[in-house]
Amino acid sequence: MKSASVESAAASAPSDKNSASEDSAGENFELRSLQDRFSESSRFDADSDYLLHLYEQMLLIRRFEEKAGQLYGLGLIGGFCHLYIGQEAVAVGLQSALQEGKDSVITGYRDHGHMLAYGIDPKIIMAELTGRQAGISHGKGGSMHMFSTEHAFYGGHGIVGAQVSLGGGLAFGHKYRGDGGICLAYFGDGAANQGQVYETFNMASLWNLPIVFVVENNEYAMGTAVKRSSAETEFYRRGTAFRIPGMKVNGMDVLEVRQAAEVAFAHVREGNGPVLMELNTYRYRGHSMSDPAKYRTREEVQNMRENSDPIEGAKAELIKMGIDEEKLKDIDKRIRAQVAEAADFAESSPLPDASELYTDVLVESY
Amino acid sequence: MAIELKMPALSPTMEEGTLSRWLVKEGDQVSSGTVLAEIETDKATMEFESIDEGTVGQILVPEGTENVKVGTIIAVLAAEGEDASAAAAAPAAEAAPAAAPAASSAPERPRPVAKASDPEVPAGTNMIKMTVRDALRDAMAEEMRRDERVFVIGEEVAEYQGAYKVTQGLLAEFGPKRVIDTPITEYGFAGIGTGAAMGGLRPIVEFMTFNFAMQAIDHIINSAAKTNYMSGGQMRCPIVFRGPNGAASRVGAQHSQNYGPWFANVPGLIVIAPYDSSDAKGLLKAAIRSEDPVVFLENELVYGRNFEVAQLDDHVLPIGKARIMREGSDVTIVSYSIGVGLALEAAETLAGEGIDAEVIDLRTLRPLDKDTVLASLAKTNRLIIAEEGWPVCSIASEIIAICMEEGFDLLDAPVLRVCNEDVPLPYAANLEALALIDAPRIVAAAKNVCYRD
Repeated sequence: MKSASVESAAASAPSDKNSASEDSAGENFELRSLQDRFSESSRFDADSDYLLHLYEQMLLIRRFEEKAGQLYGLGLIGGFCHLYIGQEAVAVGLQSALQEGKDSVITGYRDHGHMLAYGIDPKIIMAELTGRQAGISHGKGGSMHMFSTEHAFYGGHGIVGAQVSLGGGLAFGHKYRGDGGICLAYFGDGAANQGQVYETFNMASLWNLPIVFVVENNEYAMGTAVKRSSAETEFYRRGTAFRIPGMKVNGMDVLEVRQAAEVAFAHVREGNGPVLMELNTYRYRGHSMSDPAKYRTREEVQNMRENSDPIEGAKAELIKMGIDEEKLKDIDKRIRAQVAEAADFAESSPLPDASELYTDVLVESY
Repeated sequence: MAIELKMPALSPTMEEGTLSRWLVKEGDQVSSGTVLAEIETDKATMEFESIDEGTVGQILVPEGTENVKVGTIIAVLAAEGEDASAAAAAPAAEAAPAAAPAASSAPERPRPVAKASDPEVPAGTNMIKMTVRDALRDAMAEEMRRDERVFVIGEEVAEYQGAYKVTQGLLAEFGPKRVIDTPITEYGFAGIGTGAAMGGLRPIVEFMTFNFAMQAIDHIINSAAKTNYMSGGQMRCPIVFRGPNGAASRVGAQHSQNYGPWFANVPGLIVIAPYDSSDAKGLLKAAIRSEDPVVFLENELVYGRNFEVAQLDDHVLPIGKARIMREGSDVTIVSYSIGVGLALEAAETLAGEGIDAEVIDLRTLRPLDKDTVLASLAKTNRLIIAEEGWPVCSIASEIIAICMEEGFDLLDAPVLRVCNEDVPLPYAANLEALALIDAPRIVAAAKNVCYRD
């Protein structure tokens, strides 16, 4: 298709201009307006207490996922299991800026981290992974299908890209009810090539829906590198055709993610319609547990771990801020114990009763 | 405490593997993320990472060992501050992998609840003639007045007044917030509707025809139908997907298909396919009020037909209940949607030949009202199905299975299906007529099972 190169050239054109105009309806439409605002101040001003709080959340996700990987290895978790290791700063940075009880979150199948970042009990998440009655879906959903309506966390969806239009519907609901909420809809660089994503971009922009589209670009859609799958690899530009401003964010720095969230969420809350954020991140583990990861080198992974790790980065910053290393060690110990407790719970709780086979197929009786 | 490293399961199907290579040796310091070994599974060679910090104690399974069972202790790690040599004494017992729990004995399948009958229409109620089109419109308008959460979304539903005029007048009454024109983007707006339902609204998603809903079938099935189950009953999806279904007239194969059997295959969905105005109105109102996702299949050729509707304040009919359209004692004709009209026409012809046919309108295709079908079979001992749709894996096939499984002793003749020909619907007028069911074919099948010719 010849048009691909033409389009990508067109998409990159506005980024060469440097106007900060926000006239998104007129001639001066600028997809970079938010990016410009963001680059004026790209890191959230957190004190050591707050950064420590974010650090703990990220560490909980890391330790939880490591434990899940281990339980998978022991045969306690079955099927597909997609770990979030390496991407922790994305969910933590973004969700820390949401208003709980007001906003909604939806994501794909790599969902454990987003739930933990929302403060959902690790025990019931782990118990869902092991398929137990005490799991958040009573063992009937598994790793990819978890929900918490209480926390306005709407899944947990196994069909790549489906969560984007479902998220459009959640945003539609916020607007319809006028409840002031926004929807945060996560998807990966792979899902970004699904047609329904663009159908949703179109309607979300057309109807000014309060939604933040988040591409978690971890560089590989299963085993296919971004450059092998995508004509436009700068995902934040992909809203241009729909007049959706884009932002490109370092997803390995939790304070940068948080600051970007401040800019994007304010824009959406003010009734300006959707924003598309690209969070550049990296997953250390395979796509799922059965991924041999032959599409990238060990050195590449090692380099990310050593030089860009979001947790190590936050840790170094905390130490610089004067937090005692012993204190950090204690935190790690506490989180390890919490995760071990979740694993014990998940291992020892009973399987669903056989009668659960027939429950919740329908809500009503006919 | 020493940490035992066990042979991991690295794929959903792995039971054993080859320990190809150790990448660490005894005494090495490791931390979270250090690759310890390469393991060859049934699918690929995978890296085995440490999740703990510590020192490698004893390596218990040397590299190159084949058929190492999942769960076998392959090495021991001394945790921080521990003596690595002390961690060497761990037993090398072969641990059995966590056994898959045996399927517990099959639970009792819940019995369907006793079906509610249609509510009694009080004597003296005014009966008015109304088209199916207007009945559907009135159903939506009444429910929109009753519940602020109900809205209509689809192509040409607002300003154009509906591609088939089913939504006529709704925009004027309810405004653009609740009657929403979409771009031509079925997958997207079906997903937005489904998400809105998950978020607590009550969408009515109109497809211009169900042929176009093929673009959206993923959301209907994977998102709407399965979420309540997958969420352990947490996340409901009260949505109605509606629009014309089945063959229209001379529109060719891509615009002429009955999706009833497709959707009726899916647990988690309610599938309704009414015939007359009264059922269209009463069941659409019930569908909008249902807490479950409903696929509501209409028929373009029936939209303009007039039927009597009771003038009631709130005409709501039970989902899941078939309706006996004509009582008879010699043979049962089961049908739904446009087929009901043909079945009634056939019954008239049969009456003229001395065969008293009972006609059942299923109305709801899922859950199917087996009781009414089997009760009729008990009375007539002969049954045929008239379905405007393909014969293979059809509602007709399902009815036949039910009669075989639960009505075998009642049968005096094989159950026959009268369906469309098993071909894509042709355009030419003569071929189209040949492909579709009609009353004479229903008559012939009824006579066949009555052993009359």
